[in-house]
Formats: sequence, C-alpha cells, structure tokens
Amino acid sequence: MIEPRILRILKDIVGKENVSADRADLICYSYDATQQQFLPDVVVHPGSAHEISLILKMANSEKIPVFPRGAGSGFTGGSLPISGGIVLVTRRMEQILRIDEDNLVAVVEPGVVTEVLQQAVEKVGLFYPPDPASLKFSTLGGNVAECAGGPRCVKYGVTKDYILGLEVVTPQGDIIKTGGETMKGVVGYDLTKLMVGSEGTLGIITKIIIKLLPLPEAKKTMLVLFDSIDGAAKGVSAIIRGKIIPTTLEFMDATTIDCVRKATNLDLPAAAKALLIIEVDGDADLIERQAARIQEIVAPLGVVATRIAATAAESDEIWKVRRSVSASLRKVNPDKFNEDICVPRSKVPEMIRTIEGIAARHQVPIVNFGHAGDGNIHVNVMIDRAVSGEMEKAEMAIEEIFGATLKLGGTMSGEHGVGITKAPYIPMELDPAAVAYMKTIKAALDPNNILNPGKIFLADQN
Amino acid sequence: MSKHKKLKDYEEQIKQCVKCGACQAHCPVFGEEKKESVVARGKIALADALLKDDVELDERFMADMSKCLLCGSCFDKCPNLVPTDEIVMAARREIAARKGLTTLGKGIGTVLGHPALMDFLVKGGKTFSSLLFKKVPEGSGLRLRFPVPYIASDRTLPEISEIPFRQRHPAFIPGEEGKPTVAFFTGCMINYAYAEIGEALLAILKFMGIGVHIPSGQGCCGLPALSAGDGKTVEELAERNLEAFAPIAAERIVTACASCNHGIDKLYQGLGPGHDALAERVEDILVFLVKEGLPEKLAALPKQEKRTRVTYHDPCHLRTQGITKEPRALLKALPSVDFVEMEGADRCCGLGGTYSVYHYQTSKKIGGRKATGIEKSGAELVASACPGCMMQLQDTINHAGLPQRTIHVLQLIARDLPPYAG
Repeated sequence: MIEPRILRILKDIVGKENVSADRADLICYSYDATQQQFLPDVVVHPGSAHEISLILKMANSEKIPVFPRGAGSGFTGGSLPISGGIVLVTRRMEQILRIDEDNLVAVVEPGVVTEVLQQAVEKVGLFYPPDPASLKFSTLGGNVAECAGGPRCVKYGVTKDYILGLEVVTPQGDIIKTGGETMKGVVGYDLTKLMVGSEGTLGIITKIIIKLLPLPEAKKTMLVLFDSIDGAAKGVSAIIRGKIIPTTLEFMDATTIDCVRKATNLDLPAAAKALLIIEVDGDADLIERQAARIQEIVAPLGVVATRIAATAAESDEIWKVRRSVSASLRKVNPDKFNEDICVPRSKVPEMIRTIEGIAARHQVPIVNFGHAGDGNIHVNVMIDRAVSGEMEKAEMAIEEIFGATLKLGGTMSGEHGVGITKAPYIPMELDPAAVAYMKTIKAALDPNNILNPGKIFLADQN
Repeated sequence: MSKHKKLKDYEEQIKQCVKCGACQAHCPVFGEEKKESVVARGKIALADALLKDDVELDERFMADMSKCLLCGSCFDKCPNLVPTDEIVMAARREIAARKGLTTLGKGIGTVLGHPALMDFLVKGGKTFSSLLFKKVPEGSGLRLRFPVPYIASDRTLPEISEIPFRQRHPAFIPGEEGKPTVAFFTGCMINYAYAEIGEALLAILKFMGIGVHIPSGQGCCGLPALSAGDGKTVEELAERNLEAFAPIAAERIVTACASCNHGIDKLYQGLGPGHDALAERVEDILVFLVKEGLPEKLAALPKQEKRTRVTYHDPCHLRTQGITKEPRALLKALPSVDFVEMEGADRCCGLGGTYSVYHYQTSKKIGGRKATGIEKSGAELVASACPGCMMQLQDTINHAGLPQRTIHVLQLIARDLPPYAG
C-alpha cells in the first residue's frame, strides 16, 4: 500500500491522470515476457526528465524503490517491481527530437518504439541497424538499458555500438549528460558505455543520442537447407572465413524445422536437418557476387536445397520461416525457457552437440535456433509445468547448458540481460572480484539502492 | 442459460498468453492511449484476475473492457493466437450477467430484438429528420449530424433510406435456368441506411443471371448486441434468422456487410446444429462473385476512357478471415477504375460498434490515422465492403476536410455493368 502522502506528491509532479494505484493498473504493470508477476504499489507515467528527476529525489529521500519500464517486453524480468514501490513507465516520452542528416545522428526520447525510429530514418536514406525480435513494440530506452541485439548484429553490432550519448537521471535525481553528438570524445570516464546494458540499475535514460549509417542500397535473402547441423554450423564459419560478413546468418535445427513446416509455403524437405537464412546487403552488384560466392562456399557441406529470393515477397516468405518459430514451439510442449547463450562462432557445432547430449540425458526436449553468425543461440527448453518433476529437469538442464557455454568461452546472455532470471547464475560467469567491483559501482551511485533493486545481482547480494 | 461461452470457459486460452507484448504493436486503441489496460495483454491479465477474484468487477473493470474495437488485430498477430476479441466479449457478457446491461446495451437489445420497433423508429426518424438532424452541405461529403443521446454532436451519419431495402423488393427474384440461386442477408445498415448497396448487389446478381431470396422475416445479425455483452438478444436473433433462412433451398447465404458476415459465421457456431449449418452457408458476396468468375467477366469489358482512382480499406471482419484478395481482384478488373493501394489499408477504421459510441474521441483519433493514407493515395473514392466502415471512414474524411467519398465495392461494380446500370 502506498501512503496517501506519497501519492499526493507523485500527482503534484506528473498530474493526477498520470498516477494510479488502482488494482487494475497494479496488475497491468506487474508482468513482462518472463511471465512472472510482482505487483507495484503505484504506477507513474512521467512526461519529462524534470518530472523523473523530481520523482527520484522524492523516492531517494523516502527510500522507495523505482522500477523503470518501457514496453515491458524483456525476457529476464528487468522491469519487474520485485519489491513493490513505483513502476515508472516511459511511454509518454516518445518524441523523435531530431534526425541530423549532416552528422548522421538522431536524438530521441526513451519511449520511442524501435521500429518507429527505423522507419523514420529510412525515409531519409539512413539506417539504424539494431533489430531485436521485439522491434515492433520494444522501446529504445529499454533497448539501451538491456543492450538489445538481433539478427543483424553479425555485421553491424549491437545497441551499444550506436549510442553516442545519453541524458540520464541519477538515483539522486540529478540530470546528467554522458557522451555527445560527436563520433569521437574521450573526456572523462565513458559513462555512456557504463549506462548501456546496466538494466536500469544506475540511472533512468531520458534522452538518447544515436549514431546512424547510410541505408544500404539493396539486400538479398537466401535460404540454405543442410542435411546436418554440422553442415550448417560449418557453413557459418566457412562463409566468414571466406571474408564475407552477411547482414544476418540465422540458423535452425531439425526440431525447429519440424515445428515451422506447416507455417510456411516453402518446401522444407524431410532430408533438411538444419537451415541457414542468410542475408547480404550493400551495393546491388556486390550482393549478387556475394550471394554466388556463398553458394560456392557452402556447396560441399551437405546442402539439400538453396532458395534465393528474387523479390521482396519471396524474401518475406523466407523470413516467415524464422518469424513463425516462436509460436510453433508450443507444439513441442506448452512452456518454454528461452535462454540466449552466446559462444565463439566456431564453437557453435560443439555447443549444439553438447545441448543435444543434455537434452537426451535429462529427457527434456530442447529446441535450438538463433543468430549463428555471432554465436548467439536461442536455447529453448520445452516442458509442461503441469507435469511434476519437469521444472526441476528444466532447471538442471539450464544450469548444465550455462556450464558448457562458459567452458567453451561463451556467455550466458548474448542479448536478454541478467534481470532476475539469470541473477542466480552470475557467480558461474563472473569472478567474485568482478562482481564486487560492479557492486561497488552500484553502491556508490545509488547508496540507498532505490533504482531497480534486486536486478543483475541477487537481492541479498545488493 | 446462455449458449455462449462464459469467461471461465476461456481459462485455457487466457493461460496461453505469454505476456510477450507483441499485441502492443497492433492494437489501434493502445496506439492512442499507450496504457497496458487497453491492450490485449493487459485485458487478458485483468480477465484472469477477475476469474481468480483478484480484481473487482467495478466501474474501472467495465471501462477497461469497453476499450476494445474487437478488430482482431491482436489475435491476428499474436504468436500464440490468443483470441482476445472472444475473451473481451465473454468479459462483457460476464459484466452484463453480474451488473445488468448498460442503458445503451439495453437500448440496442430492445431495438434489434424487435424488427417492427426498428421499422417504426426508423420511419419516425425519417419523418422527423428535418427537425432532428442538422443538414450539412452536400458538397462537403457530410450528411447528417445526430443530436441525440450517446451520439457525439460532431459525428456525421448516413441518411436513413426513404423506404427500407427489404420493403422495396419481393422475397424472391428468379434468375436464369441452370444458374445458382442465393439468399441475401441484408443486415440493418443496408436495409435502413445504405439501401443503394443492396440495389447494387441485385443489379450484379441480375447481370450474372443468379436468382436471389430476400426473406422478409430476417433480422439483425446480433453483432451490436454481442458487442454490448447481450448474449440473450443474440440468441433470439439467431433463432429468428434460422427460421427465416433454414427453409430456403439456396446453397449460399450472401452478405454485403463484413460485420454481418463475421457475426453469423463466427458467433452462431456452437449455438446448435441448425445454427452451425446456417453459419456454414454464409459467404461474403465478394468471395461468391470471385468464385463465380465475375473478375474475368469484368476484365473482358472494354476499358473506359474516363476512369476513377479508387483505393480500398480492409474491414477487420473480412481481414481477420483472410478475405483481402477478392475485393482487390474485383476492383482491379473494373473497366472504369484505376486501383491504388493506400498506406495502412488493413488498419481498423476505429468504429468497433459500441466502442465508437462510448469512446468517440479516441475512435475519431484512430480513424484520423486512416486519413493520411487516404489523402496520400490520391484516390477519389475509398471503397470498402462494410457499411459500418464506410460510415466511420466518411466521418473521418469529413473531419479531415478531404474531398473523398466512401463507396461499397458492389456499387462500383454495378456502375460498370453493361448497359452501365449505375
């Protein structure tokens, strides 16, 4: 229960229509894509950095936790109000403030939906490459806070590679600027890089300065079907060793292909045990040559069939294969645990083989697909929670998968972040001194631990 | 005892929502309000909470459930195909069951459930229209303003027909020997306001040599009542329509209103074997005409020199059934039409039955987004296949001060038939 006094202060700051402690709103802001539920005490929709600053000043002095939230589409619970308090929703701050065609820079507010920015810059021939699967609804503030990735990262990198500077409200309520609008800048610590991927634990992003690229002239999409996962995985390394970096290199294993067969008009023969969706972009002549060269490179690796899209509609049909994965997985089992491990590219085949072993040992179906080009595999452990013992099996399998990932020099999260779901596993990846270093930063910047507490590190570790 | 599913019957589907948030990208109401309680994910969470007694069925809950156009955009794009539109309708029935119907809901049920009353009111409305309605200039594309309770004073509505469509025609108009015969479910909008759509349909069927039954005992499909949470009236109307259509031998019952088509096809299923069979027979007229080869016949007509640039708006109730190609095929085949796609053709017009009555200002904003696409298309006419959409689109166009007019695809076809019947 929120004190009436606090409610009044919040209403004074943002206006009464932008504050709610109605049970309906508490329920509506209690979840994200993890399907876990924690009720806040109050939901606030601020409209400016100034308002956020006032909210944080009050919260800091009253020691009320604040949980920033964009679209609430995270997979690790980054925006969940795990200890009540204030959910601070940035959706009202959704202006694209500027698109600077001379300097290839955009300045936006945190509530702008990723695709909205992409479309706006593409209209003037520019390009914002990060493309998380949630791009149609996730906000840029959330993308920056979690350092979102996506299929195009193999060539273009992740969100952090496009953030030049930020405006941030600190846990004490100060409004600070990090970085700037220049391509270069080395004055002081790089607070921009510290903020990107900090999962809303160090400050609330209120303005984002984004680096843009020229929009590539053309793109070409190919679908290559292989008779084994090894062939597909070797294909990924071979293409890159051949000095071609495609825009995307997505792969699916045999189980995933089985799941999507009915969702597409494309012929996916039974002999296809793995597939790659490869897209190249750039100069129109160049991509023709690259597509031909890729076909030559993968030819000896057990290719069952190849399809090269000639039109945008055909390209769309190929991408439909990838897009329909998520929904089709329910055919395997009703509940899924989607992990986003990342290993060095060349280790993808070994990782997949290890996961197959884990699946067999625990007798739990595991479906693998993802961004093979950057070694980021979406490992989906499929169970039926209603069946007793299944949860335990899934947990054991996940822990083993993380262990194997780290052994191969990988990381337990390529793009989803830690949030609350991966917090228990942090000690597996980071050594104690590194964790202590991070906690020192958090404690120094947010001594009262009001900003997104309980995230990244377990609550009792904060 | 209602034959429609209760909210509790949707427990499994409610569980299927994984809260991914994808619905945020597609919900027209969320696009305006940006609040979780209006989007599918939030509504599912609230419905779930109600079933678990975790939230009160109070004014707030009722308001949240009223904020849905039932356009099906969320369902269409949901990775798990959670039928939020059905869940919202079940929640509205739950509200009506526990709290009673709203005044508007009662009004809808009373009028729709008694066709004679409807005829009377419409006739009265026509007689008094010069007193009740403020006539606006023809050239502006505006028709009438409606200064009565529940209807926003700046809303423009179509004029009521002089004589309702069904009263103008016999119950059966024979066709040519060897050709199929259909039955025509007119729906309220065509019967009372857009009779010209019905006339166009008859002209086309005549051209095709197809006979048509127009049973006089038919009534409203029931969709407006269901949208208001009034399952009982829907069931009564379903009975009435079953009585009117079951004895008719025609294989197909055609509709020229996307909402009626959806209303019967989807909402009568499960009410009983007779209703299932009735729903099976229902087909949108444009789908029927394409199957009968009309596009080829139209394409064979000589192209006219003076052509009109026409764009098309997808009614939600056809789009969610996958009926998007047929209207375009017909428009493209027309000798006097240059078809042009508009941006956001598949976006809801913002009507949503009772939604636009309760939330006219937001409905107007949602509609307003269509105006950009309409203007950019450079079309003179905006065709659609749903009188409800036509009404809302014309209102949108009027508010945006655009010169376009809305028209039914059937009217465009009829205009081009030899000897250019008009």
